[in-house]
Amino acid sequence: MEKTTMEKGDYKNSAVLFLCISVFALLVRVAVSLHPYSGAGNPPKYGDFEAQRHWMEITLGLPPQEWYRNSTINDLSYWGLDYPPLTAYQSYVHGLLLRYFHPDSVSLYSSRGHESYLGKLLMRWTVLLSDALIFFPAVLCFVTAYYSGQQGTHKNNIAWHTTIILLSPCLILIDHGHFQYNCISLGLTVGAIAAIISGKELVGSSLFCLALNHKQMSAYFAPAFFGHLFGKCLRRRNPYIEVLKLGLVVLGTFAVVWWPYLHSLNSFLEVLSRLAPFERGIYEDYVANFWCTTSIMIKWKRLFTTQSLKLLSLSATLFTCLPSVVQQIRYPSSHGFLYSLLNSAFSFYMFSFQVHEKSILLPLLPASLLALEEPSIFQWLIQFALLSMFPLLCRDKLVIPYAALYGIFILLYNAPGWKQDARERSSTSTAKSLLVAVITMISVLLHVIYLTISPPRRYPFLFEAIIMLLCFSQFIAVAVYTNKKQWMLSKQHSAPMAKEKHL
Amino acid sequence: MPTKPPTTSTSKNIKDLIFITLLAFFFKILLIPSYHSTDFEVHRHWLALTHSLPLSHWYLDETSPWTLDYPPFFAHFEHFLSFFANLVDPIIVDLHKGLNFDGPSVIVFQRLSVIVSESVLIYGVYLLGRKCGFRERVLMWVLVVWSPGLVIVDHVHFQYNGFLLGILLVSLAALEDRNDLLGGFVFAVLLCFKHLFAVAAPVYFVYLLRHYCRGGVFKGFGRLVMMGTVVAAVFVVAYGPFVYYGQIQQVFSRMFPFGRGLCHAYWAPNFWVFYIILDKVLSVLLVKMGFDIKAPTASFTGGLVGDSSPFAVLPTVTPLATLILVLLAMSPCLYKAWKNPQPRMITRWVAYAYFCGFLFGWHVHEKASLHFVIPLAIVAVQSMDDAKHYYLMSIVSSYSLFPLLYEAQEYPLKVLLLTLHVILMWYGFSSQLSKTVVSNTSAQRKKKDDNYDLKKNSGTNPRKFTLNWIEKSYLSGLLLVEVWSQFLHPAFLGIRLPFLPLMMISIYCAFGMMYSWMWQLHWIVKSH
Repeated sequence: MEKTTMEKGDYKNSAVLFLCISVFALLVRVAVSLHPYSGAGNPPKYGDFEAQRHWMEITLGLPPQEWYRNSTINDLSYWGLDYPPLTAYQSYVHGLLLRYFHPDSVSLYSSRGHESYLGKLLMRWTVLLSDALIFFPAVLCFVTAYYSGQQGTHKNNIAWHTTIILLSPCLILIDHGHFQYNCISLGLTVGAIAAIISGKELVGSSLFCLALNHKQMSAYFAPAFFGHLFGKCLRRRNPYIEVLKLGLVVLGTFAVVWWPYLHSLNSFLEVLSRLAPFERGIYEDYVANFWCTTSIMIKWKRLFTTQSLKLLSLSATLFTCLPSVVQQIRYPSSHGFLYSLLNSAFSFYMFSFQVHEKSILLPLLPASLLALEEPSIFQWLIQFALLSMFPLLCRDKLVIPYAALYGIFILLYNAPGWKQDARERSSTSTAKSLLVAVITMISVLLHVIYLTISPPRRYPFLFEAIIMLLCFSQFIAVAVYTNKKQWMLSKQHSAPMAKEKHL
Repeated sequence: MPTKPPTTSTSKNIKDLIFITLLAFFFKILLIPSYHSTDFEVHRHWLALTHSLPLSHWYLDETSPWTLDYPPFFAHFEHFLSFFANLVDPIIVDLHKGLNFDGPSVIVFQRLSVIVSESVLIYGVYLLGRKCGFRERVLMWVLVVWSPGLVIVDHVHFQYNGFLLGILLVSLAALEDRNDLLGGFVFAVLLCFKHLFAVAAPVYFVYLLRHYCRGGVFKGFGRLVMMGTVVAAVFVVAYGPFVYYGQIQQVFSRMFPFGRGLCHAYWAPNFWVFYIILDKVLSVLLVKMGFDIKAPTASFTGGLVGDSSPFAVLPTVTPLATLILVLLAMSPCLYKAWKNPQPRMITRWVAYAYFCGFLFGWHVHEKASLHFVIPLAIVAVQSMDDAKHYYLMSIVSSYSLFPLLYEAQEYPLKVLLLTLHVILMWYGFSSQLSKTVVSNTSAQRKKKDDNYDLKKNSGTNPRKFTLNWIEKSYLSGLLLVEVWSQFLHPAFLGIRLPFLPLMMISIYCAFGMMYSWMWQLHWIVKSH
């Protein structure tokens, strides 16, 4: 009797704690949303904010068949819709909200480049709402699912982990500062991971299909999902039926989302061609990935045709994520699944075609889910992910929230009373900690230099290039480590099993 | 913020406090681009004024309608800041070109000046918390540093209350440490920063007279002279130059602008709200009964123009009447301070004095509630009853500040701030205080407090954090008031009766404030 009341009290306490963390996370998001968005007051093309607003305008004003089709009203060269249908539906729903309160901001054609106090506010609120309704519950589900399987994790550590996931600075800066809806696709992915961890594979794969249909970038995780689910199915009594069930769910979800475009092959291909913008080249700006960094020495764009580059990047991506997929097929485990997600997202970030700075959000997501196991790796990754986005956020005039969120992250990471037992600090040698200190110093210095000194006229993008080089080297180091770690898991995984057999 | 396991080492303790402070610091930095009121330009103008003009012209200048109306030390503070402002961007301190300047440089500079000057507040809480247990100290810290009222008023609306309240807390800490001379000195300095803090002067006077100036006639008199000299010296430093320039009358006329009305444009939730409403009701009733009642020509918020009274039935209220009422309300506390001046009671007494000033004073602004909400946070962690009382009172006072931020952009901000505050208080009070290993002295105090349980709820455990049904329904009513005034009123009534939402908030919050004040009064009367 006494125990049940105590459990009840504990449960209530945890609920209050989660509420507290969420409200704080929301508060930080609201505060960040006070700052400017990308392309504010910058005609004629503005930025991502205008793109999202334009999609609301298009989806509200035209029937679904016209959304992806070039026409006099829907000029695809002006922020044409290039995300899958779920983004279009989301734009439609948010557009309804905007139209109700402020019709001018989404009126067809006349609203291009619309900027107003209320317009900005309503757009910001749609992101906040999506975040609170999709990402937050998904994280709650993940944390409960993940820790219900592991008894004995200290409550403070779980609270710390939840806080770290919800207050990931990169995600907040991009969604609520720069302006995007990554919280939806990433939230759906987290939901999918939570479902799969708690054994609901069908729900999980359906959720992941939704994520894929919101942003095609979610495909970064696809190999891991495939490997893990396939590996699990192979261990069931009827592998074929299990695979069939999953396949049907995937096909069904896709069919529902793509329904308006399935009536003719033509319209289907029309949408598909919008989703793969190969004409934009293998890389843009200064992304800290393999193609862009090595282009300093090897001029990929000059040496190869786009066609062969596509093939090259595809094979490089698949080849590098193969180990983590194979590991999951052979030894599927929740823990290994998270590593596999991280590794496959890294492969895509490094080697796939047309990667943007913002795509670092995708490897960051599984890294944040692993934050309690790999606190220092996660912290390191966040620092360089932030640095890699620094030039972009500077252009958006988001230096203040960048600095504040950086500070909040460092604080929360070092928060007193949390995760002591999980923090691995004994194993660091002096040489290693010296290296860490030097690299951190360089990173801080780069921030200052980028803000204060103008680059030499001959190399206007010198600092961007240096930032890219530094971030690339760190990302590669982290990716190699996590790949190694994933394979080490399988040894640990098989060892106790062998012991059991022995017994 | 969320739980910390109990630890004994002090370095750990300090680490927690730094964590909370820095978290608030970074959050406040995020608020830099939020809405700011005309107070922002007021303070910017004072930067320019003190930078460009000699001391003798500070209280004469009329370049901007926002003339200097704070005491000299605050002007010196602005002068000090203007030095840095000049380095950041010379336009900020340009008397003419800087008028209504609100470029990014001035916004970042002034916002940061508020954030940095708030360190005085943090120092004050640090001093006051030294003798508390670990949990209480963390809780107290959270209540002050994350106070939604302070964030709303200082970091969004724009003022320097954190800095000024910090000086008050430093003074209170000195008094609690039995360092009366320092306490009196710091309070005198505070009065020369902002004269509104003078409301607590009677409590200070009585307390210092009885606590400091004792030990026989001779020694007592010597100490009185000592204290008098120190306080007088502070005032001489502040006002001496203006006496020398022959401007002292000018300075006072700036600092005490008579001719403002009883209430501010938005009625602060205090006693006068009931007085006004009673007058309205009575006049309507009497007119219905056939009496000939003339509608008042003057308004409450405007000045006292001529002899016309803003009231139809009830006698008009003069500044002198409010002063007497404030002193009358304060008198039980003064009596207690006279009878038994105890250092551990001083924070509560001073907070109570500001509470009286808030409820019965002349032309009170709703922001003045911070003057007692912040000191009472120190008291709140002393016992469960205080915690319960603070819970209600701080919610009401924070909510009554909502109309300050009337723009849509800040709406989620203020709502979430208050929500976070409520959750933190609930979590902190229920999980921390009830678990605390009560030290000997505070256990005795707790025993005493239990006797004063106003609710007389014999069934509830006094050490458990629960509210009684009246308090619960009152707080839920707050939610209804908010929903009505924000959403239902515009939906149903549109632009008709535009004053109704604000009036509802005032009246509803006034009930909570009066209840809270009576609770404190009761506590003080019953205490030994």
